[in-house]
Amino acid sequence: MVNGSQPVVQARGIVKIFGQHRALDGVDFEVRPGEVHALLGENGAGKSTLIKILTGAYQPDGGEILLEGGPVRFSDPLDAQRHGIGTVYQEVNLLPNRSVAENLFLGHQPTRFGMVQRRVIEVKARELLATYGLEIDVKAELGSYSVAVQQIVAIARAVELSGKVLVLDEPTASLDRNEVAKMFEVVGRLKARGLGIIFITHFLDQVFEIADRVTILRNGKLIGTRTLSEVTTTDVVRMMLGKDLAFDHGGVGVAEAVQGPVRVQFKSLGRQGKVAPFTLSLHEGEVVGVAGLLGSGRTEMARLMFGVDTADGGEISVGGRVVSIRNPAQAVAAGFGFCPEDRKLDGIFGELSVRENIIIALQAKLGWFRALNRDEQDEIAGNYAEALDIRAANHDMPVKLLSGGNQQKVILARWLAIDPNFLILDEPTRGIDVGAHAEIVRTINRLREEGLALLVISSELDEVVAYSNRIVVMRDREMVAELSGADIAPSVIVAAIADNRGSQAAKMETSA
Amino acid sequence: MKRKNWRGALLRPQFAALAAVLLINWLLFPGFFDITLQDGRLFGSLIDVLNRGAPVAILAIGMTAVIATKGVDLSVGAVMAIAGAVAAVLVTGGASAIVAVGAALLVGLLCGLWNGILVTYLEIQPIIATLVLMVAGRGLAQLVTEGSIVTFSDPVLIFIGTGSLFGMPMPIVIAAVLTLLATLIVRKTALGLLIEAVGVNRSAARFAGISSGLLLVLVYTFAGFCAATSGLIVAGDIRGADANNAGLWLELDAILAVVIGGTSLLGGRFSIPMSVVGALIIQAMNTGILISGFSPEFNLVVKSGVIILILIMQAPITSQWLRARTSERKAQ
Repeated sequence: MVNGSQPVVQARGIVKIFGQHRALDGVDFEVRPGEVHALLGENGAGKSTLIKILTGAYQPDGGEILLEGGPVRFSDPLDAQRHGIGTVYQEVNLLPNRSVAENLFLGHQPTRFGMVQRRVIEVKARELLATYGLEIDVKAELGSYSVAVQQIVAIARAVELSGKVLVLDEPTASLDRNEVAKMFEVVGRLKARGLGIIFITHFLDQVFEIADRVTILRNGKLIGTRTLSEVTTTDVVRMMLGKDLAFDHGGVGVAEAVQGPVRVQFKSLGRQGKVAPFTLSLHEGEVVGVAGLLGSGRTEMARLMFGVDTADGGEISVGGRVVSIRNPAQAVAAGFGFCPEDRKLDGIFGELSVRENIIIALQAKLGWFRALNRDEQDEIAGNYAEALDIRAANHDMPVKLLSGGNQQKVILARWLAIDPNFLILDEPTRGIDVGAHAEIVRTINRLREEGLALLVISSELDEVVAYSNRIVVMRDREMVAELSGADIAPSVIVAAIADNRGSQAAKMETSA
Repeated sequence: MKRKNWRGALLRPQFAALAAVLLINWLLFPGFFDITLQDGRLFGSLIDVLNRGAPVAILAIGMTAVIATKGVDLSVGAVMAIAGAVAAVLVTGGASAIVAVGAALLVGLLCGLWNGILVTYLEIQPIIATLVLMVAGRGLAQLVTEGSIVTFSDPVLIFIGTGSLFGMPMPIVIAAVLTLLATLIVRKTALGLLIEAVGVNRSAARFAGISSGLLLVLVYTFAGFCAATSGLIVAGDIRGADANNAGLWLELDAILAVVIGGTSLLGGRFSIPMSVVGALIIQAMNTGILISGFSPEFNLVVKSGVIILILIMQAPITSQWLRARTSERKAQ
């Protein structure tokens, strides 16, 4: 902690207005050298607007920015970078098809007589990454490395180009636990070097793990800045939401709930090199949670169930009748729904309206010639938007303008609209704000009570424990445990995941 | 609500551009808007714009659907030549006109099916997949005509290119009917929405249970059908099939018409009627330059200038700027 030292960058009374809407209203914010400062707030609180102003992407309508005490005005992100403020986004903005070394020095390659000195770049790249504890082949394509490595390369590049302040915009959203640890080690090194680090995330536990102070925004207003050692998680959540949110986490005990008849059954379903054959039955009114590390075969299992990948063996039956599911269209016809992990890539039709995004699966199920007319579309979209509390100015706006949480609810609405009998949710709460998070958990519980069979994949153990009747654990592309009753507890799950951890860890090292 | 939509539609930059081009034509040639009725058929420069614009307009109908799926079809010009060649060779060989027309349309459908299969099931990029037929198609057409221009005197084929119905030249009638039918089909069934969904995000479309493969094949097949129809009109107009020149470069005009009409090359939202308007803008410029007495070389330069203007008017940055201007004015 470096209390009392002069802030490296400081925002005072920042105001930003979009049309009628005050996105930021007199917000103060500062980062000291050698400090990790977390920025928290629900989606729409103004976090990204503030970051965009600090990094020069937006110009403030009021207030001022001070860099090491002197007022500055950044014309664009490059200008901010020249002044020492670098940014790394959740999605790595580098070139996956160029080498690591080229990515590090793109745009400022050392040259001699106008020729790029490949060898010099590679040596410098290796030296640079060594300071981050990363020893990899810098000649290999960046895209061949895991997201975590790519993130670290992006950080190294940003620090190299700027060097005073580093903004990390949800850097851990697509990383697993090991990778997060690696990332935090890097952040720790940079902190020791005296960089000011702004850390944006939705994971409160990570904030408490790595950050020194936290600033909380709500509806464009500054709620407060706190030293993290002096507050609890509940304090922070209360500040973010403006109320005490009952999370119902831990010991809810849905496990003993009465289960209906078997709704869907997967018998020895598997695919060579993806998932070892597994057998699983889901009952009416049952939530089966899937736990496991990233890459353990969780998503692969769901993809087989939904026909995204075709199984090379096994059998699927719905309500006792064997069905053939070799593509998602057949899965939808059988009454299955799937909210995929990667919303942007596999879920959302960004340019299409909220209404169209909600009715699209039902329309696909009905076929080309039974078109839903406008009134029917409006009614369906209206009903589910209300039921799930989707917040959109109107249902004709492009869905890409909605926040992540609302987009997730739109995809959920899309599947509820087909009146499914089995729903797969892959990381339904990843990357969305606390409020929407709680709402999705509530919706899962409600759907269970209404008799739906659900399979929910999640990395958040507390969450899985809270809503699952049963939990299956995946490890090394294999279903290794099925837990129920008193075994549904984080400690038991962790033990099941961690069993034989040695070989797993070794594998992750080689894949990284 | 409905009426407001109509008024909004008429304020689109494409209509302003069309009006401006027509107005300039009128200034250059005062008789531009004169229309006369002779022998039960309408004549005049305006009718001429519609008539000459019909082949590209018809191509643009099919091209709109293809581009909406994030694809492109470079082969339509060559397919025009093939269809014309097939029809011409068949009638000169003694087949009835019905058979010739049917065969030409069937060949168009098959060409489209070929493209669709390459794009969908072999997963070749549309620009490359259709380039194959663009190059090979002209060769095929030449094989059919055996290298010569096959002329014919079949009244039915000639009627398709030069006849008239209720005073309107046949190409205009065909283009209008196709525009209307295609628009009704995509908007009254779910096809329009599903095509847009596939164009916006093919992966998400798959996850949502849309059989995008079948849809893509259908779209390319339809583009082939439109190209064959255009090919018949062009052949009927010159009373012969010219494998070398029929439909030459018209695929580019068709793509341009679609883009002017506001359908993005990135796929997604599309409008068939606006693409037809785009085709008319292009033809109005061509006709204007011809009747004004400028040399035809001038045509391409003027055309590119007008196109740049229209694209600037459509660019998001322009609408942002306009919005900023209007809100400023309101603030004052």
